[in-house]
Amino acid sequence: MIYLQLLVSFIKIGLFSFGGGYAMIPLIQREIESHGWLSASEFVDIIAIAEMTPGPIAVNSATFVGYKAAGILGGMVATIGVAIPSLLLILIVSKYFFKFQDHPANKMIFYGIRPVIVGLILTAAIFVAQTTFFKQDITINLSCIFKNQLSIIDLKSMVIFAFTLAALIKFKLNPILMIVVSGILGLLMSYHEIFY
Amino acid sequence: MKNKSQLKLLLEIFTVFFKIGSFTFGGGYAMIPLIEKEVVENKKWVAEEEVVDVFAVAQSMPGAIAINSATFIGYKISGKKGSLVATIGVILPSFFIITLIAVFFSRFQDTPVVKAVFSGIRPAIVGLISVAAIKVGKASIVDNTGILLSILSVILVVIFDVQAIFVILGGAAVGLAIYCLFPERTAKILSNGGNKG
Repeated sequence: MIYLQLLVSFIKIGLFSFGGGYAMIPLIQREIESHGWLSASEFVDIIAIAEMTPGPIAVNSATFVGYKAAGILGGMVATIGVAIPSLLLILIVSKYFFKFQDHPANKMIFYGIRPVIVGLILTAAIFVAQTTFFKQDITINLSCIFKNQLSIIDLKSMVIFAFTLAALIKFKLNPILMIVVSGILGLLMSYHEIFY
Repeated sequence: MKNKSQLKLLLEIFTVFFKIGSFTFGGGYAMIPLIEKEVVENKKWVAEEEVVDVFAVAQSMPGAIAINSATFIGYKISGKKGSLVATIGVILPSFFIITLIAVFFSRFQDTPVVKAVFSGIRPAIVGLISVAAIKVGKASIVDNTGILLSILSVILVVIFDVQAIFVILGGAAVGLAIYCLFPERTAKILSNGGNKG
């Protein structure tokens, strides 16, 4: 019974969240609360864990909630549930997308959409940068930024960011290798904090 | 013979998306650099300028962007089976990792080593996504209208907190308006070929 509940809840979450993983979090919270699957502190953990593990946030949180509510099978059911709407909807859309791909009206629609997507990709970079380059929360006010500019900027991450840009543009390093190397760099740079 | 080569292709799709799923940290857009490398450059399954279309569709539909784009690319490469295999591939790594964490390390995110590793990965992700934006931009912005639309959408989302889906619909409306109102300009844009379908 709980499996069916998990399946239905996560199909609902997959179906009604626009804008990717983070947009799902409030929906997941509502389902968890109405069924009492997790405690409030466990829910906060999900977000941290989902960010720190690879893969889509939607899948990470579905697996985690499902497991906490009903074990490994629960995790499986919730994950399948969150993926089903995407799978079906995208299948329907792609069929028509490829059919009308060459129609001039469609081409012009994408002429308008493509630059927007480029903007959205930049936006994603900006949002990650906000949580990365500043030591405090970004909701600090402007005067505070001007007063002690240097002390709130996390120099370590700026160095790694510059290194990444150079490696990607100059040497066309593979992104996967890049992630592994930067993880090791992060570990080395915090070495003294961990072991002393 | 045909079945065998299709099976091989499906296996390849699975492997590539499993790899992408294993290294996508921080949400759907972090997938773009990996898709660029694996799907566009290495396998040549999707052309550079089509990556944007994939994300346009993935963003406009409900659900996780990563799942949507995996399904879409999988469908493009090898139909329904391709989409199923790509989706399973992108999901499985997270499923395994999260299950392991949920079973064994309940305080995973507070471990100093994990924190240190992520203090390194996060800025790299910023770099990866920025470079991807430039690459995708080069392939998909063909004129000043495009530059303007890009800047406008960043401002709308970052400063005015407008939801992505509405900005996308706005872009579509601009394209459609040019199509309906300025046939000459439309012909010029389409004949330039810089904006391949």
